[in-house]
Amino acid sequence: MRGGAAFPVRLQFAKYGKIRWISHRDTARAFERAFRIEALPLTFTEGFSPRPKVSFGLALSTGYESDEEFLDVSFREPVELDELPARLNVALPSGIEVTGAVELDERAPALQEVVTALSWTVDVGRDHEVALDAEELRSGVAALLARDEVTVTRSRKGRLVDDDVRAAIRSCTVVGPAGDGTVRCELETSTQPRGAKPHDVLAAVMQVTPAIGPLTERRVVRTHQWIERDGARLRPLDADTRPRAVAARAS
Amino acid sequence: MSNLWPRVEPLLAEVEKPARYIGLERGSRQPEWAPHKAAWLLIYPDTYEIGLPNQGLQILYEILNERDDALAERSYAPWVDLLAALRARDLPLFSVDTHRSARDFDVLAFNLSAELVFTNVLELVDLAGVPVRNEHRGDDDPIVLAGGHSAFNPEPLADYVDAFVIGDGEEPVGEISAVIAAHKARATGGRFGGPREELLHELATIPGVYVPAMYEVSYEGRDIAAVTPRYPDVPPRVAKRTVADLDDWPYPKQQLVPLIEVVHDRLNVEVFRGCTRGCRFCQAGMITRPVRERSAEMVRTMVRDGVARSGYDEVALTSLSTADMSGIGEIIGGLVNDQCGTGQVSVSMPSMRVDAFTVGIASEIQKVRRTGLTFAPEAGSWRLRQVINKLVLEDDLYAAVDAAYGNGWRRVKLYFLTGLPTEMDADTLGIAELARNVIEVGRRYTKQASVTVSVGGFVPKAHTPFQWFGQNGVDELERKIALLRDDVRSSGNGGPRRGSAKGNGGPVQLKWHDPEASFAEGLCSRGDRRVGRVIERVWRAGGTFQEWSERFQLDRWLDACAAEGIDPEWYVTRHRARDEILPWDHIDAGLHKDFLWDDWQAALAEHGLPDCRWTPCYDCGVCTDLALEHVVASPLAPAGGSQGTGQEWSADAGDAAVRFLGRKPAGVSASGDAQ
Repeated sequence: MRGGAAFPVRLQFAKYGKIRWISHRDTARAFERAFRIEALPLTFTEGFSPRPKVSFGLALSTGYESDEEFLDVSFREPVELDELPARLNVALPSGIEVTGAVELDERAPALQEVVTALSWTVDVGRDHEVALDAEELRSGVAALLARDEVTVTRSRKGRLVDDDVRAAIRSCTVVGPAGDGTVRCELETSTQPRGAKPHDVLAAVMQVTPAIGPLTERRVVRTHQWIERDGARLRPLDADTRPRAVAARAS
Repeated sequence: MSNLWPRVEPLLAEVEKPARYIGLERGSRQPEWAPHKAAWLLIYPDTYEIGLPNQGLQILYEILNERDDALAERSYAPWVDLLAALRARDLPLFSVDTHRSARDFDVLAFNLSAELVFTNVLELVDLAGVPVRNEHRGDDDPIVLAGGHSAFNPEPLADYVDAFVIGDGEEPVGEISAVIAAHKARATGGRFGGPREELLHELATIPGVYVPAMYEVSYEGRDIAAVTPRYPDVPPRVAKRTVADLDDWPYPKQQLVPLIEVVHDRLNVEVFRGCTRGCRFCQAGMITRPVRERSAEMVRTMVRDGVARSGYDEVALTSLSTADMSGIGEIIGGLVNDQCGTGQVSVSMPSMRVDAFTVGIASEIQKVRRTGLTFAPEAGSWRLRQVINKLVLEDDLYAAVDAAYGNGWRRVKLYFLTGLPTEMDADTLGIAELARNVIEVGRRYTKQASVTVSVGGFVPKAHTPFQWFGQNGVDELERKIALLRDDVRSSGNGGPRRGSAKGNGGPVQLKWHDPEASFAEGLCSRGDRRVGRVIERVWRAGGTFQEWSERFQLDRWLDACAAEGIDPEWYVTRHRARDEILPWDHIDAGLHKDFLWDDWQAALAEHGLPDCRWTPCYDCGVCTDLALEHVVASPLAPAGGSQGTGQEWSADAGDAAVRFLGRKPAGVSASGDAQ
């Protein structure tokens, strides 16, 4: 907004526990309020209804937890980044915790464009109080991975569409029982051209192996987000950022 | 003590808006439990989004949690999806703060801000695992309490609520806590350590607390013959409680900041309580007298601290008519100064007085997001506005609208009531005419000028001059709305429009409240103890969330009336006689019944009554009986104010109306003041 004076920052945060039931938009609002509570020097969009310049990464579905979420925010002037996580954590609702802050290159592309792979831990269970057998899930997953294409009907932007889910699954490994009758999977998905949520992957498993019966995601944690560039996998806090020393000096 | 979260959480994946049930708002508490404390569950009997912002509940939440002998958590009505899931798994109502079972609490305290939530009260008491009727509750069951505006006619819930708090709750909740904590301290076994009757009897001796079981109601035929206390130390009439100085109660200090969007999603700072405009339809104005202003300094502090603490970018200065606040101009000036530098904070006044001065203030404080402004002229003609004592001149309205469009607002919303006493079709049609004139004013500024007209069916309320008036029946309200709808549709609103009952697409959009819901509301708002059984039947037949049009069916209410042998018309559409004992006569809102009756007669004579803040006292009874006075910073009428100040309208009324309407409105000459 104010030319060269802007101080863009990328924040990494985690989302655990009861707070997982707030939506992506609610999370965004919680951050905007936290920025105001801490009186951080936000920059605003022009126009009749100015909004703070905050750009959130890939949406996390309501009900999912995460080790690693990201947002980019543009400040008017330099901010002490070492103190920033602690300041925000006082102002954020319990369960959302800022775990990193780096100064961002001004020309950094949007997170939503450059994050191309996601890692997940998914605890799969039966509907209610019936334990799921790990072997059963393992064979269901194997059957899914053996296919080249699995079309699942899902709701996207309020419309029901048929999408191939298989293409978005990079790997899916059944780890074993995770307590409370659930079975843990480690899952990796692509975000482009069309991503797949753990929910879609379970739907695909049930579609390929109807005999497995209804499966539910008891707990889903996004564990990593990856920026893939020139054959390397980068964590978002390590990509498109400026050296720390500059940030510290500037404030 | 139980934490139900592990059992509730798995249900959340299946319900709408699961964040309604998680708590965690900024400002929320996780109180420390101790056996000697009176544990309150403060319950708003509607959805989280409607209940969370309720200031009354938030004030009591803080006051109780500051006490050593009490603690408070919150609960809201689970929406029907979660209700069904809880019932299916035999899980009870829970608090959102620590997810404890409602039965763990000593007091289930309901906020009654409207009558159509009554069936939800029964639903939530039942979901809590507590017998719904008082008579079936045992010594160890929690006390079911209720307060709020609809508690001023407690009778329809008299068999279901153990005790009502009448009036301001700040002080009585402490006194009730002390009584309950003392009973708990004495207890060697059981919750309260003694017979329930004993505890209820003691509660009934607290000023402002009404315990219906302590009163015998006798009838003569259908009429109430007497309401008699069962003990000599129980007062024959329960007088409302009134906080004298709002500066003693600067609550909420830590307004809850919800994580999901709710209604009134902003910092709310109450600038005064009470209103003496004297609008005769308005129960809130009548029962909250006298006017008590907060000091300008405290308002400024509460706004500054509240914004800093909450992170909100919008502040509302709340009251029943904020522009009437003494020195509102300076207060606004101070706020504008304070927000300089931080920027991006807008201030709003949710209850706009209808004049240009008020819009001027609004444009000073609402620099951004000027989307729509709302005004409430309430009736379509000056004659009828004198009847209801909403003394808004057409001049005031057009000047307000002119200022609104001139300052960049594009949409104006107008609130009206229909079914008012003495209303004739000309008055109803006057609504459409006002709307068209408003569009004309707006067109001077923008071709896109539009106005939304909201029409509600008038429901007479207890403790108002209209408490004797027979409400319009469903058919009559529907006829009036159809009349208005046809007029809006056929004249100057894009021509007749097939399939567009609301005139969508034209500059005048008409919306109306369901007359059938107004009928059920009327039954509850002026019902007596016998109406309770109807409410119970409606609830048992599945009639929860009756404020929600998709959940409301009048047939449920009519069937319930038939089954109980109750004629709803007798309660709803019948005019009451002067000497009739009204079901709420033993509740004392401070207003003398003679004053209300005289004001009712003045209404029928189309005679307006200026605001008593700036004119001699009418002896309504409130100030004299409470030994209070209006707490106002200035004896002068507010700057730019006209309506009801007795200064301008009385001399100019006729002229103003003639100038704009091109005809002399009926009724002006009938008012002695207008000539």
